[in-house]
Amino acid sequence: MSTLKGDPALTARALAPISSRRRNRLTGSGTTPWLFLIIPLAFLIVLTYIPVGNMFWYSLTSWDGLDPDMEFVGLGNFVRIFTQPEIFQVFFVSLYYLAGAIAQLVLALYFATLLSFKTRFRNLFKGVIFFPYLINGVAIGLVFLYFFRPGGTLDALLAAVGIHDPGQWLGDPSLVNISLAGTSVWRYMGLNFVLFLGAIQSVPAEQYEAADLDGANSWHKFRFIILPSIRRILGLSFILAIAGALSAFEMPYIMTGGANGSETFVIQTVNTAFKFSKVGLASAMAVVLLIIVLVITAVQRRVFPDERGEES
Amino acid sequence: MTIRPSLGVAATAAIAALLLSGCAGGAANDDGEPAGTITVLTNRTDLVDTTFKDYAAEFTKKYPGTEVKFEALTDYEGDAKIRLNSRDYGDVLLIPSSNVTKDKYADYFEPMGSTEELSKKYRFTNEGSFDGTAYGVSTFGSAMGYVFNKDVWTKAGITTPPATEEEYLDALEKVKATGSIPYYTNYKDGWPLATIEGNLGTVQGDTVRTQMIDDDAPWTEGNDQYNIDGLLFDTVSAGLSEPDPTTTNWEESKNLLASGEVSSMVLGSWAVSQMQDAAEAAGESRDVIGFWPMPWKTDTGFTSVTASDKFLAISKYSKNKATAKAWVDWFTNESGYAASQGAISPVVSDPAPDTLKDFQELGVNYIELAADPVGKEAVINDIANEAEIDLFGNTYRQKLIDVARGAADGDKESVFADLNDRWAAARATVDAK
Repeated sequence: MSTLKGDPALTARALAPISSRRRNRLTGSGTTPWLFLIIPLAFLIVLTYIPVGNMFWYSLTSWDGLDPDMEFVGLGNFVRIFTQPEIFQVFFVSLYYLAGAIAQLVLALYFATLLSFKTRFRNLFKGVIFFPYLINGVAIGLVFLYFFRPGGTLDALLAAVGIHDPGQWLGDPSLVNISLAGTSVWRYMGLNFVLFLGAIQSVPAEQYEAADLDGANSWHKFRFIILPSIRRILGLSFILAIAGALSAFEMPYIMTGGANGSETFVIQTVNTAFKFSKVGLASAMAVVLLIIVLVITAVQRRVFPDERGEES
Repeated sequence: MTIRPSLGVAATAAIAALLLSGCAGGAANDDGEPAGTITVLTNRTDLVDTTFKDYAAEFTKKYPGTEVKFEALTDYEGDAKIRLNSRDYGDVLLIPSSNVTKDKYADYFEPMGSTEELSKKYRFTNEGSFDGTAYGVSTFGSAMGYVFNKDVWTKAGITTPPATEEEYLDALEKVKATGSIPYYTNYKDGWPLATIEGNLGTVQGDTVRTQMIDDDAPWTEGNDQYNIDGLLFDTVSAGLSEPDPTTTNWEESKNLLASGEVSSMVLGSWAVSQMQDAAEAAGESRDVIGFWPMPWKTDTGFTSVTASDKFLAISKYSKNKATAKAWVDWFTNESGYAASQGAISPVVSDPAPDTLKDFQELGVNYIELAADPVGKEAVINDIANEAEIDLFGNTYRQKLIDVARGAADGDKESVFADLNDRWAAARATVDAK
């Protein structure tokens, strides 16, 4: 149907002689899209909704992951989560990732703005900034292990500029989370950067020209043209950043396995499920994390509603 | 118009394929002659395309018409556990011992005979058995102790094995004076830290597991658990281990030991041949690697706990049990796998490996842990899981090392007191169930 764009009268005339046949085709075309959708929907249901549904069910049991019988324990797992302080303590580690995520957004926005104007080697820099996002997480983990080890790349670099014995980047408990969050920033900034860049480039050039005529400087252009134009994508990135900080997993799990005080909530959940065979409790922890993320998203959308975008 | 019906058929076919792909047809071969194909799950990703291929070829030579396929899993324990939830976990597999408690063996594995009968022929049968029935046959066994660089230790003036913890720490101090890192924890990779739990029983004897499940405070002086973790704590807190444990690397540690940059690690005797290989690759003599018993000598001399590596078992859902049984028999008795690993053979009549020649000279007593009392097999794991102390893992030992090196709050007393408290509380919960 969508192919028949154009003059409606013409369309009607073209279809008129075969209107009776078309009726059959219409009922047919009602099922055809669904046939196309069956496979993706089947994957979505089988691989996402059923496991999530199971997770909610497991969270009410004391299942160990193997036992054919699951013992129903009601809300016992949730009571345990909220009464054992050490389970929530690990959210403290997420603060490092949250700080990292904000730094990541600011940096990405800065580079995206800079590179949306005419800059020398613009495409090279775009590539350099986006490249880390394309590398496999395990590879990054290994590379940064060598980077951070005593006498490794970072220490050698610092020694070259005269700083010796800077401390153990992963061994020192007060530095380890900063090092790991830094690695995450390095890895994910490229994605935010590309999102911002795309949004900025969709701003019509006339607006800048008009601003130039009005005598706006670069800061004014950023504040009054770019920022309002990309506030939706900014809001989205912000939600993703908070969710990502709360559920930080990959980098710390690969690089330290959660040792030395770098354990995040998700690592703790994984350990609870697979190391200590408490799948029930771990599912409850996952449910709690899901609820926290949903609540934060709801609050964020209440505080920064994106209806404003329709003003333009 | 003509597209629609065929599209519907295609979609239906695709769904049918999705649903059916898990099923495979064919009649079962339970007791017949070995024939057809079997799938063997293994953790030896390093050998699967070399040594194991040769084994498969030899097996086919002996039993024409058979074919052995391997599936090597990098994270064996984790992957195998998940696959046990399905019926598709190969014909022959290694029991993922850290996840499957013995009382569940009958749900997944084919019985191999009575423990009593099998123990006449094979070592370590207790470990692979439940309630008098054996479900697994040992692949190979090893004795606990520590590997060390003989050149470095001789240079430091240590030529006889330390008999007490004090002597041992003293020896490490002397090694430190030579400029070598006395001890390497392998903190980052973690699993080598887990293997030190194998020393359980050195002092308390073969019923140590039963004693532990009746003990509210296993981390008390005189107990094995205290000795094992205390030795690690004292080594680290005295600054005798590597400066940054968080960036250790197992593969590299072999070269460090071979070159003498690192001087010792507590491991099983299975590690000796790997260390010797590293020494040879580094242009050193294989003799540079030594293996001594733990420094807990008693009136009867040194003791070393022997234990089996993983156990071979046959899937209860195998369609070709006859061939699977033939493979287990052949692999255990004829492949020479244990000897190639420098390990203790599971077959009672096989000779001791060269890697343990120091032990023979020292007259070390070997002990094998006794079978857990019937119905109590899972208790020690249940308590450990409930307490979230991974006795047979590495997480709590990493925390212990963090405290010992001053990266986390606490001292030896507070760490052990906390472990004892959690253990006692978990014991009460498990008993109540």
